[in-house]
Amino acid sequence: MDLDDTPEQAAFRAQARGWLEEHSSEAPVLTGPGALQDEAEILAARRAWQGKLAEAGLAGVTWPKEYGGQGLGPIEQVLSNQEIGRAKVPGILDAIGVGMLGPTIIAHGSEEQKTRYLGAMLHGDEVWCQLFSEPAAGSDLAAVQTRARLQDDGSWRLTGQKVWTTNAQFASYGLLLARTDADVPKHKGLTMFVVPMDAEGVTIRGLRQISGEAEFNEVFFDDVSVGADAVVGGVGNGWGTALTTLMFERVTIGLGGEGLGYNSTRFAGAIAADPDARRNPEVRHQLGEIASELLAVRFTGYRTLTALQKGQIPGPEAGLAKVTIVSGAIKAGDLIADVVGPDALLEDSEWAYMISFLPGLKSAGGTEEILRNTIGERVLGLPPEPRLDKGIPFSELRSKEGAPA
Amino acid sequence: MNLALSDEQVFLREAARGALSRFKTLEAAREALDTPQGGTGGNASALPDLWPTAREAGWPGLLISEEHGGAGLDAFDAMLVLSECGRVIASIQLLGHLPATAILNDGVGGNGSAPMLEELATGEKRAAYLPACPPDDLADDWSVDPAHGLARPSAPRVSEADGQARVSGELAFVPDAPGADLLVGVALLDGRPVGVAIEGSAAGVSIEAVTRYDSTRSLGHVSLKEAPATILDTPVEALAGAWHLAQSLIAAESLGSVETALDVSVAYAKERFTFGRAIGSYQAVKHSLTEVLRQLENGRSLLYYAGWARTGGPDEFPLAASAARSVAGRALDTAARTMISVHGGIGATWEHDAPLYFRRAQLSRRLLGGTGRATDRVAGELIAQADAA
Repeated sequence: MDLDDTPEQAAFRAQARGWLEEHSSEAPVLTGPGALQDEAEILAARRAWQGKLAEAGLAGVTWPKEYGGQGLGPIEQVLSNQEIGRAKVPGILDAIGVGMLGPTIIAHGSEEQKTRYLGAMLHGDEVWCQLFSEPAAGSDLAAVQTRARLQDDGSWRLTGQKVWTTNAQFASYGLLLARTDADVPKHKGLTMFVVPMDAEGVTIRGLRQISGEAEFNEVFFDDVSVGADAVVGGVGNGWGTALTTLMFERVTIGLGGEGLGYNSTRFAGAIAADPDARRNPEVRHQLGEIASELLAVRFTGYRTLTALQKGQIPGPEAGLAKVTIVSGAIKAGDLIADVVGPDALLEDSEWAYMISFLPGLKSAGGTEEILRNTIGERVLGLPPEPRLDKGIPFSELRSKEGAPA
Repeated sequence: MNLALSDEQVFLREAARGALSRFKTLEAAREALDTPQGGTGGNASALPDLWPTAREAGWPGLLISEEHGGAGLDAFDAMLVLSECGRVIASIQLLGHLPATAILNDGVGGNGSAPMLEELATGEKRAAYLPACPPDDLADDWSVDPAHGLARPSAPRVSEADGQARVSGELAFVPDAPGADLLVGVALLDGRPVGVAIEGSAAGVSIEAVTRYDSTRSLGHVSLKEAPATILDTPVEALAGAWHLAQSLIAAESLGSVETALDVSVAYAKERFTFGRAIGSYQAVKHSLTEVLRQLENGRSLLYYAGWARTGGPDEFPLAASAARSVAGRALDTAARTMISVHGGIGATWEHDAPLYFRRAQLSRRLLGGTGRATDRVAGELIAQADAA
């Protein structure tokens, strides 16, 4: 049992560190003195930086070489992320594209799609967004209602609404899950599409959250036309294609927990700064409980890495780490607000921002309840909840729910 | 990066599971609760004697170096064995013996040999650790568990006269003290902590066997009055390390019990039907069981942390071991209560196994400084880290 790099990993790490030492001055400054202020300027700088990271082999590490990647394993991507964190420079702008959507296209896309989209995605020339969730399809993702209708010339017309879409406001393309056949059971009538975000009929609207910032968007599709070559993974295979994306999302969340900045060191620092709180038994007890669980998540991550190193794919139990991180951070925010008082809730305070962000994060990437269902069924082997939608065509299901299909 | 068990570790775990499966430990634990207390062993006399099994398997020498007849293994290996003991609530005196042997093994440097080490390695003799909690960021003193309440007495004192060291002090609820051949712990010599070894049969030593709530746990109130002792040359870090090792071991043992409690509860949730469906299909039941799994997985991860830290990152061992203890203690309470509630009323009856895990959970969390003290140390260690940063 050790936490050390193998000789090959050490060599990779040294190479990454060497490149970052040489080039970190070229990274955009996003916080602190001299930080960029203008939104457009920030965006341009982050795109350019992503391109440099990709050229240096620090982004898309697991992608095949023919599409600009390094053809290495997830361990090396983690090493690269660790070194980027250590160098205190921003990571890539399009983590969703490179981490989840690109790998989906690599797995299911046509040769033309891979050649056309992957290189530009990896280098930040074209940013992507994930168009899966809808106002009435979140936990029950297969209930999406955005319709894709086949035209006589083989093209498709898209109509519907997506929500919680990160980066849509500056994305070039989206990967969109739509219903192509409402007269078959809901998992069967789905198809995945590539949609240009500047197509006629696409409307993007920022979605402000508790903090007042708009980190997500709503995206509306009003009779948007895409070609036959926009289909990814075949007509009617959208659910299988979406599961690939969700698997990569799980890996990203499982390995990226600490990257969210919700760690024991940060929270303990806030308590240590207060001379009374750090001696208060009740505060210490709460900090100890929260920190113990967050420390556990770090080692759960190492266990995941060990599994990946042995060629195993992390299972849904990685979702438990997400539950621990989010609930731990919520308790930590509450404790710190108790200690600091109302000033913790100043609008520009890091704690006010965290406190505002977490209630939504609890549902992001699968609600806590859905994660617990999945883990209860897939890991513990408990029987599923009886379902009322099995084998029923989607259109009938919708009319039962009192809505038009 | 490699947190996978080695082939030897897998074998150690499987061998332990096999060896312990030959005994009806749960039935014995229930019977012992009905056996009148008394004698040197308390009602533990109704339990099967598992020490010969431990000797056969080589567990007494796990943490003693090979040159002194032990296996020369590390904390994580010992945790694997303790987890297996916890799975079946086996009464086996390793929680006291292993930290004691760690202190002795670390004390045989420079000037000579520690007493009984070879016999302790084979298990011919048995040691018990006299737990002393090392100082933290708020208190400078070494303290021991009290017989009642929150106030913690200081660790025993040692005085030297005519070339003979003598130890005096009182320690309550010392695991596995009754019947131990050697007591090993920390005493203060002019305010400075030193390792001491005291023969169980020596003049001035009295050990009152006590049992509380969990018949499988052998405990003793130890009273030392000018008891002749050997002073060890164990470094102070290793004296503190024994406390943290004990925290790791009881954490591992607790998580073993959580594993069984969860397995039994899940099996029942699959076969028990209400309103035409298995109760495990209801979210209320499913989510409470995944909560046990969540706490179990967190605890397991922290066992890896503690197992790595004892030799791989000694500065982090107090933090890692305390965090493991904190999470494991809560996990066992959650698991035992969930086990009872998933089973319904039957889970709260005498004939069911759930009360045995529940009793284990209630007592374990109050031993060796208690889960709360470990939780406080997690905060203290992190505050100290923040100050240093």
